[in-house]
Amino acid sequence: MSPVPALEVDQLTKTYASGVQALKGVSLTVQPGDFFALLGPNGAGKSTLIGILSSLVNASGGDARVFGHSIHRERRAAMQMIGLVPQELNFNIFETPFQICVNSAGFYGIARDVAMQRAEKYLRELSLWEKMDAPARTLSGGMKRRLMIARAMMNEPRLLILDEPTAGVDIEIRRAMWRFVSEINRAGTTVILTTHYLEEAEQLCRNIAIIDKGTIIENTSMKHLLGKLDVETFVLDVTANDAALPDVPGVRIVRLDEHTLEAEMSRTHDLNSLFAALSARGITVTSMRNKANRLEELFVRLVESNAGVAAA
Amino acid sequence: MNASNHLVALGTIVRREVSRIMRIWSQTLLPPAITMTLYFVVFGSLLGKNIKIHEHSYIDYIVPGLIMMSVIQNAYGNISSSFFGAKFGRYVEEMLVSPMPSWVILTGYVAGAVVRGLIVGAIVLGLSYFFTHTRIAHPFATLAAVLLAAVVFALAGFVNAVYAKKFDDVAIVPTFVLTPLTYLGGVFYSVEMLPQPWHTVSMANPILYMVNAFRYGLLGTSDVNLWLAFGVMVAATVILGAVAMRLLHRGVGLRA
Ligand SMILES: Nc1ncnc2c1ncn2[C@@H]1O[C@H](COP(=O)(O)OP(=O)(O)O)[C@@H](O)[C@H]1O
Ligand SMILES: [Mg+2]
Repeated sequence: MSPVPALEVDQLTKTYASGVQALKGVSLTVQPGDFFALLGPNGAGKSTLIGILSSLVNASGGDARVFGHSIHRERRAAMQMIGLVPQELNFNIFETPFQICVNSAGFYGIARDVAMQRAEKYLRELSLWEKMDAPARTLSGGMKRRLMIARAMMNEPRLLILDEPTAGVDIEIRRAMWRFVSEINRAGTTVILTTHYLEEAEQLCRNIAIIDKGTIIENTSMKHLLGKLDVETFVLDVTANDAALPDVPGVRIVRLDEHTLEAEMSRTHDLNSLFAALSARGITVTSMRNKANRLEELFVRLVESNAGVAAA
Repeated sequence: MNASNHLVALGTIVRREVSRIMRIWSQTLLPPAITMTLYFVVFGSLLGKNIKIHEHSYIDYIVPGLIMMSVIQNAYGNISSSFFGAKFGRYVEEMLVSPMPSWVILTGYVAGAVVRGLIVGAIVLGLSYFFTHTRIAHPFATLAAVLLAAVVFALAGFVNAVYAKKFDDVAIVPTFVLTPLTYLGGVFYSVEMLPQPWHTVSMANPILYMVNAFRYGLLGTSDVNLWLAFGVMVAATVILGAVAMRLLHRGVGLRA
């Protein structure tokens, strides 16, 4: 018997009062212990989905189960399992980090002495203990984000959901945050994450769903998804030259500017024919690099092809 | 969540509300103390010296009404600004994502508002002793009236906050509804003094029943039947409580 999934989303739909159809029947499954990435361009419906799971948004249709508990029929049991780090700051800026954490635990019915111990533990782990008594409005942007992570840990959730927690946070603090979340995940907590930093998703996450315009367009393991990427793009620095570009079968060559070309080809395609054709036109390649972020590329391609389908 | 978890959650909200009241005491406790002292001085000591209503000196007659007015305004003001503030600052979401049931949220906020009403009521009662010797003829009726009135207006303020989209929306009702109804609710006069049809029209004002039930508690005098007065307050509690629960349950103004 397979274990009860940490999350089963079943045909969720959402149409806002404005008429915007933010989710058009989303289904996905996240296994216990997974580190799961939910990727999608702005406005794809990620926050809407997370809002429905954490009972901040009313679903229009469908259901979701958190460790087997329906968010509709067993809301309290489901919410007990979830820790939420929302996209927008949502604590009282006049309260202190300590008060915010202890009160949040109180809402989950956690006795005050236990709540105070946990608040200290998580504020320390997120390097916020020195600020425990400072009004939250005086914290830096990165500290505010970490405070929301500490707060989400107060009920020691089995499913931690983070909605773009590193947006606008500098790299040092981002790394520290990921160390913390990875540690939590290793200790057994299932983590779902949305992020704009695709290389983060690539490094951290084992499974991934890509959502666009309210529809899941890909749901697979990170490994499998990256394996699908059989096309590579190279950026070539060349000597100044305005010769016409050669035609090389299987290679798409684009001139970016006077000194730069881009060549896209299958992973297995040989490079010799490209260099030969360029030399024949008197174009000298001075250096060459792999175009950044493979996932980024794949992502753009998937979303583009989805747009093609939508337009057709 | 079991009963003891509910109690912890309830205690968390009440504690937060009370500490808010104390933290901003110059906005929550001081203004009613100043306003009511002015009422006592102007209407009680200066203007009302030679007025008697139902054999009571004018100051004695208006003390219950002024206390009730402070309780009503402060219970309403506390919950509407605190809950709207939680919506506006988004931290109401901390409660919405928790397993805490709606009735705990509502009870917690109402309890906070009642605490503010009672503290302010006690302050105004205390101040009245500088001007007269206020007796409490029927302590139980006094307490029941003040509690029920505070609960009714706390619930009304909660409903107001749920629908409010900007801070103006929680200021409009006290200015255009609560204050006129209070002035016309027999705080400063006996409705029996009014000519028809105003006497009958006044009977539609719920605040009239609260003021009179409370005045009965302190002075033993009421313009209206006591059972009717308490009946009106209990009915208002039940109706407004049901409305507030339904709004919370559906997430009106809270969940997109
Ligand atoms: N409260 C709301 N009312 C109306 N439309 C909304 C609301 N929240 C989000 N939307 C719309 O729903 C769509 C999905 O938004 P969102 O879930 O925030 O996407 P993402 O988090 O992927 O950027 C967008 O078109 C957005 O404008
Ligand atoms: Mg979002």
